[in-house]
Amino acid sequence: MNNILNQNPLESEAIYIFREVVTQFENPVLLFSGGKDSITLVRLAEKAFFPSKIPFPLMHIDTGHNFPETIEFRDKLVKEMGLQLIVRKVQDDIDNGKSVEETGKYSSRNSLQTNTLLEAIEEFKFDACIGGARRDEEKARAKERIFSVRNDFGEWDEKNQRPEVFDMLNGRIEIGQNVRVFPISNWTELDVWKYIDQEKIKIPSIYFSHEREIFERDGLIWTASEHVFKDELEEVKTRNVRFRTVGDVTCTAAVESHARTIEQIVHEITNSPISERGARIDDKRSEAAMETRKQQGYF
Amino acid sequence: MEVLKIATAGSVDDGKSTLIGRLLYDTKSLTTDKLEAIEKSSRKKGLDYLDFSLATDGLVAEREQGITIDVAHIYFSTKKKSYIIADTPGHVEYTRNMVTGASTSQISIILIDARKGVIEQTQRHFFINNLLRLKEVVVAVNKMDLVNYSEDVFNEIVSEFKKIQEESEYKDQKVTFIPVSALWGENIAKASTNMEWYTGNTVLDHLENINAEDFQKSTQTRFPVQTVIRPKTEDHRDFRGYAGKLNGGNLKVGESVTVLPSLTSSRIKEIYFFDKKYVEASSGSSVTITLEDDINITRGDTLVKSDEVAESFKNLRSTICWMDSKSLVPGAKYLLQHNTNRILTKIDSIETLKIGNYDAGEINSNLQINQIGQVTLKLSKNIYADTYENNPENGRFILIDPATNTTAGVGFINSLNI
Repeated sequence: MNNILNQNPLESEAIYIFREVVTQFENPVLLFSGGKDSITLVRLAEKAFFPSKIPFPLMHIDTGHNFPETIEFRDKLVKEMGLQLIVRKVQDDIDNGKSVEETGKYSSRNSLQTNTLLEAIEEFKFDACIGGARRDEEKARAKERIFSVRNDFGEWDEKNQRPEVFDMLNGRIEIGQNVRVFPISNWTELDVWKYIDQEKIKIPSIYFSHEREIFERDGLIWTASEHVFKDELEEVKTRNVRFRTVGDVTCTAAVESHARTIEQIVHEITNSPISERGARIDDKRSEAAMETRKQQGYF
Repeated sequence: MEVLKIATAGSVDDGKSTLIGRLLYDTKSLTTDKLEAIEKSSRKKGLDYLDFSLATDGLVAEREQGITIDVAHIYFSTKKKSYIIADTPGHVEYTRNMVTGASTSQISIILIDARKGVIEQTQRHFFINNLLRLKEVVVAVNKMDLVNYSEDVFNEIVSEFKKIQEESEYKDQKVTFIPVSALWGENIAKASTNMEWYTGNTVLDHLENINAEDFQKSTQTRFPVQTVIRPKTEDHRDFRGYAGKLNGGNLKVGESVTVLPSLTSSRIKEIYFFDKKYVEASSGSSVTITLEDDINITRGDTLVKSDEVAESFKNLRSTICWMDSKSLVPGAKYLLQHNTNRILTKIDSIETLKIGNYDAGEINSNLQINQIGQVTLKLSKNIYADTYENNPENGRFILIDPATNTTAGVGFINSLNI
């Protein structure tokens, strides 16, 4: 038997939030992207309910433009842990006319995910969607509550958020509304990496340095892929890169890196002059790109 | 690493967001991409300097008006510690968001515009800090550059502030005064060369020297049960664990505990955190506890040490900060959330708050949004509570409007018997 438990306050807070979710809501779901933050959430959920199994399913809103490594990882994790995985595809909403594919050089299905997510919330009547967003990532996210209420159109009313005092969480909502829950709101990128290291959590290989065919545009490193538009003047090269944040192929840029271990990654991001989301193509669309997407019901 | 949680407070345009932006800049916490975004936006606004408030005012409506509407949580770290800053709004109309930000903080930085001195908002924010029992307050007298870095102006403000401090009913906090210019980064992370008469620490040095552990007050142990874990799997067929977060103090295996409100007792058999068992868990830990006896425990119940049973109450006297556009009126019914427990409550009376000489505003028996008043409540069932003074986690509550589901107010229990 171990002696005295002195828990990391961030871990304690996240576990507390998970336990509030399952008791305050009827039908929660964990939004799983295959990125390091949602993988960390799975670990925290496992800890919160042990020895019971994680009492809610995972849901992946699939743009179809994935890094294959992420999907492989997702399926392996779900199988090993005996979790339930729901996948809803942006492609299906394009096929049935609910979403319209973007065109042009910067086309991406990133914002189309919102539509598919909101459809899925309605289909399964989810009242709480747990996500891995953190406040240190982005200025609009820095403003968001841990229990963030969405109306029946999935919209975030950022100017009139429900007060959230101390650790008292109020998840009461009307039918049709849903709450987005962010258990690792107060974690930083570094906290997540230290936790992954401490817990020996497995993550997809694309977070570590590897050789990849890329091309450069607007000072960012884009993946050369059939899903990414590239004009003829943009030259494909092979580089040692890794991904610091993982969305799909069209919205995530790589960074040059030789970091092959978590220790090297921690060292790299501690000394990096660029923020984590500096490599997010989706955030660069405008100054308020994240806020606008959030208002519409994005993650 | 040690974490220090700070709330900023001060009136509109006192420079809260600028001070935080400056702290980020001077500690090299602003990455190139974020700095470029600030440069671009500053130029667009026609400024010839960097507007650091753009680092924290994350909403379009905030940047457009140059004000802070809601709390932003900002993270940075030095070699010594990690900081979480809640950048809170200064407008009276956003007081509820200020309380939201301050409630999770350990210390506060109150900004005062050197040209204006101590104003009503300063008193209000200091009062809220005291209500929350924040032990350490830094008063940053900002915009010293606009008063010719005058020592007299600074001293005048210090003595004005000390007057309200003397009148305050809470005496346990430490107040430190620092003259600064957030815009030019003077006495934020670097000592100012324009105020050689000031020999104290910069804001950052002061923060670096604070020991966050000093703020953890040890009180009686309260373990509100969030959920009961019953796996019913082959390996754990009879497992029945009570999951919750330990508040106030510790719990040890073998200790005698009493369940509130049923008053049944048992002993702690095991303390689990994930798949490991511990002899003892310290305050703040989220754990799962099993007991020697099978007793009826559900969400909303609280486990306490058998020699530390809280008192039971049917009426409460409390200080309430109102947060809803629908005013609080006597006779109204709300859901009172106290830890994991929710019960119906009826508002009995609302009076003007008189604490020390602070004037929280005359109340005509109803409490409007952002007002603070003295409220007595009748409860539909007894609760086992403490005063906020004695046991903060077990001495506070929120009121939820059952019609709109919104969090309408936050309450601090003053006394249990009316």
